[in-house]
Amino acid sequence: MQIPVEGFMYPNEVELQWSILIVLYPFITGLVAGAFILASLERVFRVEAVKPTYRLALLTALSFLLVAPLPLQLHLGHPERSLEMYLTPHRSSAMAMFGFVYLWYLMAVLLLEIWLDYRLDIVIKSQTTTGATRLIYRALTLGSSNISERSLHIDERLGYFITVIGIPSAFLLHGYVGFIFGSIKANPWWSSPLMPIVFIFSAMVSGIAAVMLLYMATTRLRGRQIDIRCLDKIAQYLFYIFMIDFSLEMLDLLQRIYEADESFRSLDFMVHTRLWTSQVIIQILIGTVTPIALLGLTQILKLTDGARKRIYALAGCLTVLGIFAMRWNVVIGGQLFSKSFLGYTTYKMAFATREGLLTAIALLILPFIILSVLVKLLPPWPDAGPVPAPGAIEPRSQLTPVLRG
Amino acid sequence: MDSTRRRLLMLLPAAAVAWTYVQAGTPEASPNYKLTEHWWAMLIDIPKCIGCGSCVRACAEENDVPEGYYRTWIERYHVADWKIERPEVESPNGGKQGFPPNQDTGGKNFFVPKLCNHCVESPCTQVCPVGATFVTPDGVVLVDKSYCLGCRYCVQACPYGCRFINPKTNTAEKCSLCYHRITKGLTTACCEVCPTGARQLADLKNPKDPIHEFLKTHTVQVLKPHMATGSKVFYNGMDGSVR
Repeated sequence: MQIPVEGFMYPNEVELQWSILIVLYPFITGLVAGAFILASLERVFRVEAVKPTYRLALLTALSFLLVAPLPLQLHLGHPERSLEMYLTPHRSSAMAMFGFVYLWYLMAVLLLEIWLDYRLDIVIKSQTTTGATRLIYRALTLGSSNISERSLHIDERLGYFITVIGIPSAFLLHGYVGFIFGSIKANPWWSSPLMPIVFIFSAMVSGIAAVMLLYMATTRLRGRQIDIRCLDKIAQYLFYIFMIDFSLEMLDLLQRIYEADESFRSLDFMVHTRLWTSQVIIQILIGTVTPIALLGLTQILKLTDGARKRIYALAGCLTVLGIFAMRWNVVIGGQLFSKSFLGYTTYKMAFATREGLLTAIALLILPFIILSVLVKLLPPWPDAGPVPAPGAIEPRSQLTPVLRG
Repeated sequence: MDSTRRRLLMLLPAAAVAWTYVQAGTPEASPNYKLTEHWWAMLIDIPKCIGCGSCVRACAEENDVPEGYYRTWIERYHVADWKIERPEVESPNGGKQGFPPNQDTGGKNFFVPKLCNHCVESPCTQVCPVGATFVTPDGVVLVDKSYCLGCRYCVQACPYGCRFINPKTNTAEKCSLCYHRITKGLTTACCEVCPTGARQLADLKNPKDPIHEFLKTHTVQVLKPHMATGSKVFYNGMDGSVR
């Protein structure tokens, strides 16, 4: 397949090395980190209004986190050797730390927090259900069926502690993904100390928007009333964080334009040609400026509940699209120009191949399938809590603030 | 007459084997090679390069480089007058078959052979997640293809575009400085065939190597010095437009 080239590329540069699957990797981990941060708003920062999304945010984070390594695995030339990253990691490599950061976040933070939060529900269900369902819940108790007041108090304290650790861990997870790109000095499109910070904020933006949309969609599917107070609060946080994210990205852009170093002319040309649609139109105008303006409107104007819901839905969709475009522009954009700064290549996305569009779509659908299973198993809805067994304590959501501290 | 013909027929297979041996450049074994006594580098004398492409062909033959990929290649620069920041560069098929005559008569033209710079602080080695890319004690950056994951991080990290993924092995590949030859007392395939001596293998630890005298008496530069990679491919007479 002949790849169209403009100007001069070093001969080995013509073929792009990182495909759409590597676009998915920061996109998916960003959703994980963002969803977790939203969950921590309720748990740590006591933003009670977002409580209806707490468990949904955790399950969303888990669903996406389980899928996060798959694009990397599928992309490897030798996937069968991937375990070597755990067994013989090269300590100077940013990428070598992925497995450890991932495992830490999955095992020490997310799974533990979800288990602690759902333990009461799990124990009750293991006692009230029958057949195979009972077996599943019994397995999920991990042998711990003590739901005494003291035991739940410990769960509560521990859960709080894990969430506190989870916040820097979520920052670490996505800041680290940004570092993978930002530390490549050979590539001026990536090489920036701002990269991890921009990645963290964009992760929060995409994760919060995704959970907001999921909350709206699932509530509607269940035929329940959307808690508009909750939605308003989430949208408010989304608006503020998005403003910070956008400001950081603009600062980075301004710095590049003003400095105009040796790579500038080449990158500028790329943005005005090959990346014009994906960056200027989709990422900046449609995916950033428009949702910020829409969210800003809801902060300024007194709109009806129905109008706000529609605006939030639209802004959320555009936000997720914009962040996906941002990941695309970082990963693909960073490979379209020559390191000689004298030419440009083209990304030809395959369709039904290991690294093609079909695989990418499947990988994007997979977290939703996992989420639907998780939601069945561990209902996250505030109105679907377990009926406490006689003498058992109330679920965590009804626990007193003193206990929660 | 019969006897001579028979002898000739008997000798032919032996001659064929011997010829294959010569063509493959199979070196004499060098059991006395000591890793710590060498520190390999290369000198590229730009004014001597005529862009014939012999080095690219020899490298491809010697190292079984797949078509369309390059462990070494040649670039032709055309710098019009003062436009040092905007040179016109081309490298058709890596310069493997040489270059067509240059149409432009103005400005200056020259050839720049490229290869892995075998950096002391090599970014590709730094980023390899499993250490499949490593620097040998004698200063050569190598890839262990039996260990490489094919994650391509090293390809992204190389500022010089020297790496590629071999489609046959799905692992990272680059110039090995013909390590299989130089450890046996031979020079690299590209240096071996260069008709003008534009490429010279150098051992920086050998005080008798002519590189030391050359470096003292010539204006020598490395590619992209601002990358601070500790490049060990030295270019003599390199124009400021080269990147």
